[in-house]
Amino acid sequence: MSERGIQWFRFTAPANFYDLAGRMIPWFAGLTVILFVIGLYLGLVVAPPDYQQGDSYRIIYIHVPAAWMSMFLYVLMAVYAGIGLVWRIKMAEVMAKAIAPTGALFTFLALWTGALWGRPTWGVYWVWDARLTSELILLFLYLGYMALHAAIDDRQRAANASAVLALVGVVNVPIIYFSVQWWNTLHQGASITVTEAPTMATIMFVTLLIMTLACWMYSIAVVLARARIEVLERERRARWVRERLEGET
Amino acid sequence: MFRSVFALLRRDLTLALRRPQDALTVVGFFVVVVALFPLGVGPDPEFLRTLAPGVLWVAALLATMLSLERLFSDDYRDGTLEQLLLVPEPLGLLVLTKTAGHWLITGLPLVLISPLLAVQLNLGAEEILILMLALLLGTPILSLIGAIGAALTLGLRGGGVLIALLILPLYVPPLILGSGAVDAVMHGASAQAHLSLLGALLAFALFATPWATAAALRIMLD
Repeated sequence: MSERGIQWFRFTAPANFYDLAGRMIPWFAGLTVILFVIGLYLGLVVAPPDYQQGDSYRIIYIHVPAAWMSMFLYVLMAVYAGIGLVWRIKMAEVMAKAIAPTGALFTFLALWTGALWGRPTWGVYWVWDARLTSELILLFLYLGYMALHAAIDDRQRAANASAVLALVGVVNVPIIYFSVQWWNTLHQGASITVTEAPTMATIMFVTLLIMTLACWMYSIAVVLARARIEVLERERRARWVRERLEGET
Repeated sequence: MFRSVFALLRRDLTLALRRPQDALTVVGFFVVVVALFPLGVGPDPEFLRTLAPGVLWVAALLATMLSLERLFSDDYRDGTLEQLLLVPEPLGLLVLTKTAGHWLITGLPLVLISPLLAVQLNLGAEEILILMLALLLGTPILSLIGAIGAALTLGLRGGGVLIALLILPLYVPPLILGSGAVDAVMHGASAQAHLSLLGALLAFALFATPWATAAALRIMLD
């Protein structure tokens, strides 16, 4: 390997991760603000009303990204948890734990905005539809993961035990994803798929992508910030922590 | 290999038979929960009949969950579990054996008592048959999934409450399929699709969950 190449494994060392994350967080936070401003302007002002749903469809710009994020983040959390469990990489454990609250937040947002959207379009806040129910289960899985992590005092054991739970819970993600195809229920099918052109106006589609990107940037910034604190807690007796903290104050 | 599996199963069953109140408590809980529903929602026979599949299944879920805490905790306390980890047989197989014992002690009695409760809730003969079949396929799944939760909460403060949060979300598929089977028969449709899916779920759980449980046990006893 040449010396100029990025040495990725360097950042599995907590001290290097701490420094890198510290430098990256402002960038991602800045991108989050910029993308949210653009996305919300496009979504609330530029994009035309829907021909069927009028203005109430605009909640899609937060509902769909939140629902996507809730599933992506769960898979990501399970992947990190699995890496931590198998290869004993500490930073993977830290990342898995740091992702959970953000994932739970997006799951809650997806359910909440879904309820607010359901009222004007379906006439009810909640139905026991396959997608809604499986998304609710996802929220419980996140909460169970966090509760199990919090219940075990030993850090290493907590990470491993909750990793098993995260991996077991992964079966729920394809159920959510395919629920609208497997069960013909009230929730509408996907408007956007990888294989076909989107069945919505371009401006709506672009706005949705920008909002999704904004949610990604937000997640990265927040997760990195949380992981940074977690690293400090884990390594509080290490010399580099004292050096960094004394340098900052 | 089969000798040690057999010995473990016999030990668990003997222990349970010497203290039958443990298993009977679970059945008692099942009966009482089901009996509370007519008192709560009113004794209208038609309404109870529509409610019956869901009520019986949810009660079975809760009863199974209550009994899960004991699946490993007694062995954990007297050190047997640590010995089991040292046995040359694969831990997954031993876990499967213990889970089978748990089902025989708590799951099977639920299946056997369910027709009585079904009659009380005004179900017909064919519906009762399907209910028993669904419970027969479904309760082992509950024990298998529950074993993961029991292993993960081993020796924790407030493990009993935590197990509910961890396990009940995972119980949703058997609940939907199991009560759906009875519901289908009630509306004149065939229950075959539901029962086939339950069977597939059981096969998958038999294959996958013992390894997850074994991994969890290793972590918690580390």
